[in-house]
Amino acid sequence: MHSLVRVSADDFDVGAECDALRALSRRSGAIAQFVGVMRDSNQGDDVLTMELEHYPGMTERRISEIIERAAARWPILAATVIHRVGLLHPQDQIVFVGVSAGHRHDAFQACEFIMDFLKTEAPFWKKERTPSGERWVDARDTDQQALARWQTEKA
Amino acid sequence: MISVLFFAKYREQLGTAKICIESSELAAENLTVAELKAHLSQRGDLWATVLNAENTLCAVNQDIADSACFIREGDEVAFYPPVTGG
Repeated sequence: MHSLVRVSADDFDVGAECDALRALSRRSGAIAQFVGVMRDSNQGDDVLTMELEHYPGMTERRISEIIERAAARWPILAATVIHRVGLLHPQDQIVFVGVSAGHRHDAFQACEFIMDFLKTEAPFWKKERTPSGERWVDARDTDQQALARWQTEKA
Repeated sequence: MISVLFFAKYREQLGTAKICIESSELAAENLTVAELKAHLSQRGDLWATVLNAENTLCAVNQDIADSACFIREGDEVAFYPPVTGG
């Protein structure tokens, strides 16, 4: 299983990442991808910009570990996770998760699994700038609840 | 020496991203996360509030740690609020 984790202020090219995943294995029959994008509003307020902070070192370790857990559960061939940090604007790409597998079911499931755990375990924090000032984004209960299905659903 | 890191809202509230604690400052050679929290809470009400908040998370050497986890000389401890990436 090939695993790539990158945390960077730089933007990413989804097409190039997909090509890279495709080139890794002749056994791949499916690549599932997720791209998280910055919204221009949150909780009823306009959001002008967002600053993403992280815990260097731990972030990469946690994400790598989440990918390993996904690989233990579904027969995936490769996974790429890219997460941006620093200053972002609406419509900017924030996060990329790409998973290559023999068949689509495994690719889709592993992609969702990685994203669900990234949201609740990887040490990133968002700070929004709205017309009325700056504020730290609160964690959502729905993100915690999303994990429940991975405890009961069989792969 | 133990390094203690603070992130995001906690870094701003406490006005510091990192503090270093000399072992001589501490009562015991090996202390738990709970004991470190109690030690740091002596710095003031704000510290006590941040560290003892129900949802405050802790990592020791970049692994998620609970309050019973032991901290040793040279360790890196981090306190942070619930994460909001993705």
